[in-house]
Amino acid sequence: MKQAGNQRHWLSFGIEHLGMLGILIVLITFFGFSTDSFFTPSTFKMLYNQIPSLTVIVVGMTFALVVAGIDLSVGSVAALSGTLAGVAMTQWEWSLPAAALAALLTGLLCGAVNGVISVLWSVPSFIVTLGMLEIARGAAYWVANSQMIYIGAPVEWLAEPMGALGLSPAFIVAFALVVIGQIVLVQTVFGRYAIAIGTNEEVVRLSGVDPRLPKIAVFALSGLLAGLGGLFYAARLSAADPNGGVGLELSAIAAVVIGGTSLMGGRGSVVNSFIGVLIISVIEIGLIQIGATEPIKRIVTGVVIVLAVVADVYRRKLYETMD
Amino acid sequence: MPSIANGTSRLQIHQLSKSYAAPVLRDVTLTLAAGEVHALVGANGAGKSTLARIVAGITKPDGGDLSLDAHPYAPRGRGDAESRGVFIVMQELNQIGTLSVAENLFFNRLPRRWGFMRRRNLLDQAREALRTVGLDSLNPWTPMERLGVGQRQLIEIAAALSRECKWLILDEPTAALTDPEIHHLFEHIQRLKREGVGMIYISHRMDEIRQIADRITVLRDGEVAGRFESGRVASDELIRVMVGREAIDTTPSRRSVRGSVALRVEGLCAGKRVQNVSFQSHYGEILGLSGLVGSGRSETMRAVFGADGVEKGAVYREDRPQPVRIRRPADAVRAGIGMIPEDRRQDGLLLPQSIRINSTLARLEEIAWGNVWLHKKRERDWVETWREQLDIRCESTLQLVGRLSGGNQQKVLIARWLMRDCPVLIFDEPTRGIDVGAKAAIYRLLHELTAQGRSVIMVSSDLEELQAVCDRILVMSAGRVAGEFSRGHWSRDALMDAAFSGYMERRTGG
Repeated sequence: MKQAGNQRHWLSFGIEHLGMLGILIVLITFFGFSTDSFFTPSTFKMLYNQIPSLTVIVVGMTFALVVAGIDLSVGSVAALSGTLAGVAMTQWEWSLPAAALAALLTGLLCGAVNGVISVLWSVPSFIVTLGMLEIARGAAYWVANSQMIYIGAPVEWLAEPMGALGLSPAFIVAFALVVIGQIVLVQTVFGRYAIAIGTNEEVVRLSGVDPRLPKIAVFALSGLLAGLGGLFYAARLSAADPNGGVGLELSAIAAVVIGGTSLMGGRGSVVNSFIGVLIISVIEIGLIQIGATEPIKRIVTGVVIVLAVVADVYRRKLYETMD
Repeated sequence: MPSIANGTSRLQIHQLSKSYAAPVLRDVTLTLAAGEVHALVGANGAGKSTLARIVAGITKPDGGDLSLDAHPYAPRGRGDAESRGVFIVMQELNQIGTLSVAENLFFNRLPRRWGFMRRRNLLDQAREALRTVGLDSLNPWTPMERLGVGQRQLIEIAAALSRECKWLILDEPTAALTDPEIHHLFEHIQRLKREGVGMIYISHRMDEIRQIADRITVLRDGEVAGRFESGRVASDELIRVMVGREAIDTTPSRRSVRGSVALRVEGLCAGKRVQNVSFQSHYGEILGLSGLVGSGRSETMRAVFGADGVEKGAVYREDRPQPVRIRRPADAVRAGIGMIPEDRRQDGLLLPQSIRINSTLARLEEIAWGNVWLHKKRERDWVETWREQLDIRCESTLQLVGRLSGGNQQKVLIARWLMRDCPVLIFDEPTRGIDVGAKAAIYRLLHELTAQGRSVIMVSSDLEELQAVCDRILVMSAGRVAGEFSRGHWSRDALMDAAFSGYMERRTGG
């Protein structure tokens, strides 16, 4: 009996994590054989420098989906935060730390507003964050006067590859946040509450735990990380773009869902979401290198999203029949 | 059309087998004659529901065959079975909450013309169908979700009765019904019998089975363990065959010692269903809360626990002069009150999560370092301790609670509150859908809890159960307390009279 339990645990770990990595490895091998230019340092540099902003946003999005919510405002909030940081640095002559703090606080505020409205008035987070998507985008245009603002050197270093591996500070921070996010999800009271709330909020409430605070915290966290994502985005462009991050929420949701986090809540993994980001980015970069056009790129990405979720459903069925 | 009333018509089940991971049914053979009520009994997991689902076309058997009047019968699905006149009323309600009662009743055969629903016809048909289960006064346009579990179950039965059925399977139809509702249902079963409908009747309640069934088949571990004529077998004999050992004593011998006041509720008002309710519960006693479905029993308890809003009234703990301010369940829990809700699967458990996650939910902070970092070893140890103490049967505490039997699920919920060390525990229908053996275990547990000095409040629709287990019974009727009885001072009739009293007054008054 005991052994069967352990064995299942081990197998389920394999199915949960190795399945995702397997898909990634298949993709990398495929592109590696399709084109000579794929296995070059420049590809990998391109990869890790493109993903920090999406990665940090995905960490927050994973939590939002785990509590059975969603945050559609992340792209706009990222744009608002990035733009604000750009304006602060260029027009108000703030230092980078001060501007970065302003960007993060802006994100946190937007997220907290999402959370408070959605929780206190029981409005679905889909609706509240859809509203915030428009509000934050409008605010970004307003702050930047609808202009793209060139920042240059003061932020560029964040996205600049350094050291032998060519990792940028932004990537290192993003990767650290993935690890921290995963630990928070599985190893803290907050993470456990998030999973429980996403499974059945009423059960949590009737267990004498007030689900409102953890839920607000999840949205505030998602906003904060969107703010950071905006900063990284500005660093990569060396500019603050009020038009930036359009559709970023959809890429983030795609990555999280590819990673096997349930849209119904109660189940998720930050690490798998990160692998989801890698899968999306590898497809994108790989397709560019084998010379695919933008239309093809988008069609393939769409197909992969659907296939990944179908595969996940099968994986879960397999897991359940093992019980 | 139920035209064959001469008893020649037969539904035959021959050597039926079905396995999932393990065999669920093994070579089950059974014959059901027209106009007969055939009871199917057995402990949870004995295979009753699987058998019912196969006959109703929902599940496919692995081996064996079925025949209807010597014609082979192998339904491809529920619809196919229904077209041959075989219907099922299932334990899990199969209804759409946002649609009206009428639409639910006739969901797959709504009267229509050019694709438009004919509301007039639907209304008439729905009224007719509701009359068959005695719900004449219910407006057919009421959304399903506004009704309680009992009424929803009756509507499910009405839906089956409204069709031309020759064979009807009732899977625990009375689990959520009160005595008068059951009485009404039985009248209809008798009527259907006279019309030649053959019925398979699944239930845990022995008194019902003896009252309604002609023949009884006992299933144990997927096999037929015994066949009886209804009049010639005693309940304890049936239970012995079901469980495979000597009958369990469901009535505990020990009587509890009543201690000081644990909870005092004064003038509680919450919505229509709770009007000026006052009562006390003591340490060391089991207080039963009885009444018809809709009398406000569960609503009162939900209000005390802070699950629903309270308009007026106060809740006091022990003899403290200051009331406890309960605005939400978290306040009640802090004051030492725990509740196990009526709908265990919907409101009590995180079904797709493990026993561990479920049982520590109310006390997670104490398991964590500095209220933040989960101490997983401590969690495992605590849960293991309670698993042993409560005898929760599982492979490991990492098993998902959705896969446990009803009795073990209930124990996981009890473990949650015991871990939180709540001195006042409210149980809303603790034995619903739980088999006889597990029921006895729950009763023993309730007595242990009071023996340890806790105050237990138990809401139940089952009068026998309340009389067997409780020290004191409070009867609610139409949102008010209609009577209070101590052990030795109650009778079935007196309890029933009290349960109806509120409705009588209203009728004569209005």
